[in-house]
Amino acid sequence: MSARVFNLLFVALAASLPLWMRDPYLLAILSSTGIFIIAAISLNLLLGFTGQLSLGHAAFFGIGAYTSALLSLGFDVDIGLPSPVVVDPKPVWVAFFGAVAVSGLFGFLIGKLAFRVRGAYFVIVTIAFAEVMRMVALNWVDLTEGPMALNNIPPLSIWWPGSGLIALVTKPQAYWLVLAVGVVCYFLVAHMVRSRIGRALVALRENEPLARSVGVRVTHYLVVATVVSAAIAGAAGALYAHCVRIVDPDVFLFIYTVTMVIMVVSGGKGTLAGPVVGGLIFGLMPQALRGTAPPEVQWIIYGIGIILIVFFLPRGIVPAFADLARLRVPQALRRPAKVAP
Amino acid sequence: MSAPAKTDGVALEVRDLAVHIGGLVALAGISFQVPLGAIVSLIGPNGAGKTTAFNVITGFMKATDGQVFFRGSELARLSPERIAALGLVRTFQRTSLFTACTVFENVLTALHLRGRAGVLGALLRLPSMLREEATLQSEARDILDFVGLTGRAEETARNLAYGEQRLLGLAIALAAQPTLLLLDEPAAGLNPSETESFKQLIRRVRERGTTVLLVEHDMQMVMSISDEVLVLNQGRMIAAGPPAAVQRDPEVIRAYLGSGKRAAA
Repeated sequence: MSARVFNLLFVALAASLPLWMRDPYLLAILSSTGIFIIAAISLNLLLGFTGQLSLGHAAFFGIGAYTSALLSLGFDVDIGLPSPVVVDPKPVWVAFFGAVAVSGLFGFLIGKLAFRVRGAYFVIVTIAFAEVMRMVALNWVDLTEGPMALNNIPPLSIWWPGSGLIALVTKPQAYWLVLAVGVVCYFLVAHMVRSRIGRALVALRENEPLARSVGVRVTHYLVVATVVSAAIAGAAGALYAHCVRIVDPDVFLFIYTVTMVIMVVSGGKGTLAGPVVGGLIFGLMPQALRGTAPPEVQWIIYGIGIILIVFFLPRGIVPAFADLARLRVPQALRRPAKVAP
Repeated sequence: MSAPAKTDGVALEVRDLAVHIGGLVALAGISFQVPLGAIVSLIGPNGAGKTTAFNVITGFMKATDGQVFFRGSELARLSPERIAALGLVRTFQRTSLFTACTVFENVLTALHLRGRAGVLGALLRLPSMLREEATLQSEARDILDFVGLTGRAEETARNLAYGEQRLLGLAIALAAQPTLLLLDEPAAGLNPSETESFKQLIRRVRERGTTVLLVEHDMQMVMSISDEVLVLNQGRMIAAGPPAAVQRDPEVIRAYLGSGKRAAA
């Protein structure tokens, strides 16, 4: 119950931010951090709850970004058929959900393929997948414009009572959009984790033979987790495309995956709040350090920060603080909500 | 030698089961039946092939030869999770739990097969899924009550005492709704009073209509609880029958019981 109140307060605070903090630069930084947090939330579903490390998560992000951009811009491409495939520009939200679906589909394919060979092989498959996607985006110039990038991507819009359809172009609007999508994604993952499916995922992570012995279908649930994770990463990518309004092959860069992993691991993998906390810290740290030190020193501080967290809080920030809070609560009072139906 | 609760039908039939691991013959073609509603024990010295038989029956290992029938249908090449879904569930020799989860979560997780909520139901928290969740939670409480762990429900599994962990292992298996329960040395490492209460628990499991196949070293437990005892030695079945008859079998005494001590007293 108190967690619910805390969540509500956090969202309310975050939502009111543009009303009393009018620095557009900071809002832009928060928006892009928010997009990364959504991606980190999706990665956490795989890494934290099933224990599978996807080092190609930027691929799903990038596929979402490119799909949404291409669908909203329209494209024609010659793929060897008698006449070229022509797709007219679609409404932005159609493009957005199309991107979610396409990313999910790629998640399904990768999941089916990769979970036959789990552990280290899954890591390798996902890295290779992201790199292949980057090469495709770079070289299939007919479709993706290659390094020239896709420009002039339309912003997302909503229907608002009184003012009709409005495009979300200003910094506060983009910020609220990211926040809204982020909250939805957070609760989707929270619901999934606290369900029979989430328990099956955790069971596979904790003790696979035991999980199988009580009837948990390994491959099925790992694929389900990959699809949902990829779809949410795709939503983050689509959000990126319509907020930044330019997409180039760099969205597939390995460093973005690494950033997501750092956010998840430092915040606390396998906890719902972990990617949010880790994301806020490592998303905002480069901005906070800007101007205080030369760029090289900033990166050194960033690196030392990561090392300190991994060294002193190996399970991440959120579990460490949860332990601290728990020490003050008597054993008998702990988690009473779970006993009652 | 109490009569099985339900005598009609055979829960498990193993025919000429052989397992070769490299050059080692772990099982050299064993055959036996477990009648529905019975408690059958599989005994034998260490290395006799008991756990191997368990692993093959429950799909964790592949047989080199032979067949396993569960309630008339063959289990060949089915995965452990499919076999569990059919109602054949095992426990593990070394305590096996979801150690980072609470006792209650362990059982709730093990109730997996009782639920049917899918991805959409879970993501959107549909009313049907919430109703199912409430049912599962009450079933989990019933199971904890049955094994006597209600008071420890919110404890993390790894913090339980050893005896309690064995009980939780049983609770997890029961949550999968077995028709036939395979218990791999449930009393290993338990003190005499814990063993005695575990024995009563197994009897109550059978009274609920679950057939039990038991691997156990505690002879006092085996002889007092079993309807039938199967004796394995070096991958071969050397005797089978009611406990009293098996205890008198000269080959069993030679191979297993007659090591100077009166182990089967």
